[in-house]
Amino acid sequence: MTAMKTRSLSTDLLAFAGALAISLAPYWRWLMFCLVLLIAIPLPFLVKNFFIFQLTLALVYAIAILGLNLLTGFNGQFSLGHSAFYAIGAYTAAILMDQYDVAYYWTLPIAGIVCFVAGFLFGLPALRLEGLYLALATFALAIAMPQILKLSPIEHWTGGVQGIVIIKPNAPFGLPLNPDQWLYFFTLAVTLVLFLCAYNLVGSRTGRAMKAIRDNSIAATAMGVNLSLYKSLTFGVSALYTGIAGALGGIVVQFVAPDSFTFGLSVALFVGLVVGGVGSIAGALFGAWFVLFVPNIAEQVSKGLAGAVYGIMLILLIYLMPSGFAGLFRLVLMRFAQAARR
Amino acid sequence: MELFLHQVLAGIATGGIYACMALAIVMIYQAIDHLNFAQGEMAMFSTFIAWQLIQWEVPYWAAFFLTLAISFAGGYLIERIILKPIQNAPILAHVALFIALFAIINSLAGFIWEYQIKTFPTPFGTHALLSGGLISAHDAGMIGVTVIMLIFLYLFFRYTRIGLAMRAAAANPESARLVGIRVGWMLALGWGMAASIGAVAGMLIAPVVFLEPNMMASILLYGFAGAVVGGLTSPGGAVVGGVLVGVIENLAGTFIPVVGHELKLSIALALIVFVLTVKPSGLFGRSVVHRV
Repeated sequence: MTAMKTRSLSTDLLAFAGALAISLAPYWRWLMFCLVLLIAIPLPFLVKNFFIFQLTLALVYAIAILGLNLLTGFNGQFSLGHSAFYAIGAYTAAILMDQYDVAYYWTLPIAGIVCFVAGFLFGLPALRLEGLYLALATFALAIAMPQILKLSPIEHWTGGVQGIVIIKPNAPFGLPLNPDQWLYFFTLAVTLVLFLCAYNLVGSRTGRAMKAIRDNSIAATAMGVNLSLYKSLTFGVSALYTGIAGALGGIVVQFVAPDSFTFGLSVALFVGLVVGGVGSIAGALFGAWFVLFVPNIAEQVSKGLAGAVYGIMLILLIYLMPSGFAGLFRLVLMRFAQAARR
Repeated sequence: MELFLHQVLAGIATGGIYACMALAIVMIYQAIDHLNFAQGEMAMFSTFIAWQLIQWEVPYWAAFFLTLAISFAGGYLIERIILKPIQNAPILAHVALFIALFAIINSLAGFIWEYQIKTFPTPFGTHALLSGGLISAHDAGMIGVTVIMLIFLYLFFRYTRIGLAMRAAAANPESARLVGIRVGWMLALGWGMAASIGAVAGMLIAPVVFLEPNMMASILLYGFAGAVVGGLTSPGGAVVGGVLVGVIENLAGTFIPVVGHELKLSIALALIVFVLTVKPSGLFGRSVVHRV
């Protein structure tokens, strides 16, 4: 008797939660957005400076992963070479600040434009490649990038193997924030703007064309979508996002050097994409957290076998959550909705 | 002219390394229709196993063939245990899995055998074969073994029942299943074979580049370049492509100032992008036609 009662109580609770979820469903994006802001804004006042630095870096990664997601998740093109665009962005910002005394906030749009052009140009030959071939070409790009940056004729600008040291900006207008906190809020603002732009882009006419190409390129062509234009444009926009992330990353870390932009970075971005959820904009945030903090956890589990622990976690994630954290979230929401309907 | 000829010969010698790797890459591409980014690490791990066996005073050739068997079993098990559960998953999941494998194998090798550089013995000796010492006995042996391996593979795929079944399973899994081929087993067999070929490549390369967990990073890229140049669907093309990449790398290093010397990896990148753009099927590959 009591068992039945508790069960009915729990189903009632579930149904209530489901009904709540359904009635709020049209607004859930805004609700999540407010929730994220509610956590994100007071956070830097509660934790140590090093943790603030890591949080900022997570935001930077989120932007880069979002850029990759626009390319892979919404346009169906592969890339294992986004570390190269990240590097171009970081170096653009560093050279501008180091050699030409450009203010740090102006370096972001310039880095974005430079990377857009680079991405667009790389996207042109990439038009002829699909799936694994594209993965291969971009893989080669990622491997070659550190060597290109070390090239002696451009050493005057890039600083060669030594790299470039950047000075951390202080908070403007006499705000009562230390540099770490200020950079965090600056990055947060940039992230918000870029995420909003991505939402609008994906929902727009252009975004529909991108998705149509991903789902069936032949049908998209038949509908009048200019395949080569949209594909290389998407490559450019994707590189633009990653380049801005690179510029921010350079400013946050205060140092750029060829060996910080190896294939490993590309892998981190790719893993973040898969873990966060391919084709989910909010998923990029989860993905960034994963790639930044899980290697640390793996190191705590076993120092010598950190890579193995990380790999096993990744395999388990692919088995258990094939659509990433975003997919898991959607699944839970759907279960609630089903319970409510019953 | 003499300098040119010498550089070509030296290029062929290094090209032999890339040819080995390219062959392993093409094999697994044939068998599973995917590029395995963990291929280099698998070869590295096999080489460490051989090194361990030799340390335990197993004679070289016994260790060689024992390693081949162990690698075959290892590749087979990786397919059965790790890849089979997600065989219908999208390509993205596969690439993520290869990356996970890469991390696991690399870290395991570092954990078991540590990161110090080790020397690996060669069965052919290191004395110079031609006057001028451009091609050593080991280089010649390496190229010889690669060619022998290629001939065996050709015979296997062309004239044996199981080779035919493997080709069918890779080319068209549905139809192959309908005529009674166990496609899953063929895939696993392909993985086993690719792991063995990778092991041969690793054991031949190790005396030249020395043994350590990260030895394969750049060789894998050149191997990819060789496979792409020769055509991802053609094992013979992979060998030719690998040698070509070696020669081009060497010539560019000698005759193009600055760029050739400092941008060796970028040459591989340029080659890959160039070939994929101009002739995606490579020199000897056949172009794949999709039905709409």
